[in-house]
Amino acid sequence: MNSTNKVNSRQDEVIEEFDMFSDWMEKYEHIIEIGKDLATMEEEDKVDENLIKGCQSRVWLSAKLNSEGEVIFSGDSDAIITKGLVALMIHILSGSQASEIAAVDLYFLEKIGLNQHLSPTRSNGLASMVKQMKMYGLVFSARS
Amino acid sequence: MVGKDEKTYDVMEIRREFPILERQVNGHPLIYLDSAASSQKPRAVIESQREYLSHFHSNIHRGAHALATQATEAFEGSREIVREYFNASKSSEIVFTSGATDSINLVAGTWGRSNLKSDSTILLTRLEHHSNIVPWQILATEIGCNIEVVDVLSDGSLDLSDFNEKLSLKPSLVCFSHVSNALGSINDVKKLTSLAHHAGSVVLIDGSQATPHCQVDLQDIDCDFYAFSGHKMYGPTGIGVLYGKLDLLELMPPWRGGGEMISSVSFEEPTTFNIPPYKFEAGTPNISGVIGLAQAISWMKSVGVDKIAAHELALTDYAHKKLLRIEGLKIYGTAEHKAGVVSFLVDGTHPSDLGTLLDQLGVAVRTGSHCTEPLMKWLGISGTVRASFAAYTTFEEIDALVAGVERAIKMLR
Repeated sequence: MNSTNKVNSRQDEVIEEFDMFSDWMEKYEHIIEIGKDLATMEEEDKVDENLIKGCQSRVWLSAKLNSEGEVIFSGDSDAIITKGLVALMIHILSGSQASEIAAVDLYFLEKIGLNQHLSPTRSNGLASMVKQMKMYGLVFSARS
Repeated sequence: MVGKDEKTYDVMEIRREFPILERQVNGHPLIYLDSAASSQKPRAVIESQREYLSHFHSNIHRGAHALATQATEAFEGSREIVREYFNASKSSEIVFTSGATDSINLVAGTWGRSNLKSDSTILLTRLEHHSNIVPWQILATEIGCNIEVVDVLSDGSLDLSDFNEKLSLKPSLVCFSHVSNALGSINDVKKLTSLAHHAGSVVLIDGSQATPHCQVDLQDIDCDFYAFSGHKMYGPTGIGVLYGKLDLLELMPPWRGGGEMISSVSFEEPTTFNIPPYKFEAGTPNISGVIGLAQAISWMKSVGVDKIAAHELALTDYAHKKLLRIEGLKIYGTAEHKAGVVSFLVDGTHPSDLGTLLDQLGVAVRTGSHCTEPLMKWLGISGTVRASFAAYTTFEEIDALVAGVERAIKMLR
C-alpha cells in the first residue's frame, strides 16, 4: 500500500469509528480515550522548541525521519482533549512519506465534524497542529 | 433554589428582554456565563440601533438639515445621560472612545506623553487587565520612565500596605482597576484615589468591570480619569467613555487629528483645536454606539442598578457554595468584596478541556488567562475557568454549570 492509500484508509477507519457516536459528548469521550492511550513522548522532546504556539494548553509536537524515509511524529499536551487530537493526527499521519504529509487532504476532519473545531481562534490548537505537521512534511521532503 | 432577592427581582421578566437567551447552543438552551467578557443586549438597546439607523442617521455637529440636527441632539443628549448617571460635574468631561482600551491609550498618548519624564514613575497593580498595562509599557519604553507594580494578597485583593509603600516613590500616575476581571475583587477606589492624591499622583481607574455591576459616582470617587466600555454594561461594542477632569482635559494636547477635534485649519497660521470633549473625538464618532450606550444606561436605571448588584452578589455566593462542594475544585479570588465573577480550577483537569465540554452542554464560560498574564503568573497557574454573571443570570444556570463541571470531571479524570 502506498503512503497516500495508507493515510486515506486510516482516515476512512476514523470516519467509521466516529460514525458510531450520536453526539459530541460521546465523540469527546472517545477523543479523551485516544489521548489517554497516546504513547508517552520522550522527555527530551518535550522542550520549548517543540511547543506549538497559539494554543491555550501546552502542545508539543516533534517529528523524525526514519531510514525508510517515513516521518515519525510524537506529541503530548497538558490538556487531555488536545492530547486526544494530537493522538488522532499522529495516528493518521505518522509513518507516511514526507511529501505525502505535505500535500495531504485531511478530509476526515470535515467528515467527523472536527472542521468546526479547526478555526484558528479555537483554543484546542488543532489548526496550529495540522499546520505544523504539514510543515514538517514540507521541510523533510525538501531535504530528501 | 430561590435566593432571598428573588422576591423583589423578577429575573425571568428580565430574561424576556434579551432575545439571545432564547437560542440553543449545541442542542442545549444557551447558558451564558461569560458576561464579564461581554454582556448580552436587552431589546431596548437593539431597538435603539434599528430606530437610529432607520429614522435619523446622519453625520452630527455640521449638517444644516433636519436629520443632522436630530442626530446631533440624540448624540449630545446621550452624553448628558452618561454624565448624569456617573455624576460627572460637566458633560465636557465625558469623551466618547471606542472602549476602555482606547480610553486608556488616549490618556497614555496625550496626558502621559506630555506630563511624564524619564525620571517619572507609573504605579500599576498586579490585578490589571493587559489593557491597563501595555499602553503604559509602550509609553514607558518611549520616554524611559519607570513602572512599579502593587502586589496582590492571596485572596485576590490589593495589598494596601504595599500600595502605601509604593506611593512613597511619588508616582506621577497611579492606575488601578475598579473591579478585577479575572478574580472579581472590588477595590475601594475612593480610598485608593484619596491616598494617591495625597502622594501627589494623578489617578486613572479602569472601570470596565465595575460599571455593569454597581453605581459609579465619579465626583465622589474624585479620580482624575475613569475608563470603561459600553459592551460590558448591556450596550453595543465599539463604544466606550473616557471621563477626565476638565482642567486636565483642557491642558492635554490632542491625540488623533481630524474632524470635530479641529477649530480651524491653515497652512499659513497654526492649526487650532476644539475644546474638550470634542478635542479628543477625531473623525465621525460611533453615533449609533453612543445612542445605544445611553439606552443601556436607561435600561439599567429602569431595572435598578442596586437590585442588579444584589442579585449578582446572591448568585456569586451561591456559585461559591455549590462549586466548592466539588472535590478538588479551587476558587481563585475570594476577596470579601467581589463582583459577579467566579474563577476556578479543578485538580486533574485542564481549564481548556473543561471549557470545551461545558460548551458542548450549552454552557458558555471563558477559559485561559483572561488577559491578565502577570496575575496568572503570580498565582502560579496558566489560567482558570471563569463564570461571570449579569442581571439575567439565574440560580438554575449555576446549577447547570455545577452539573456540567461534575460531568466533565468524570470524563476527564
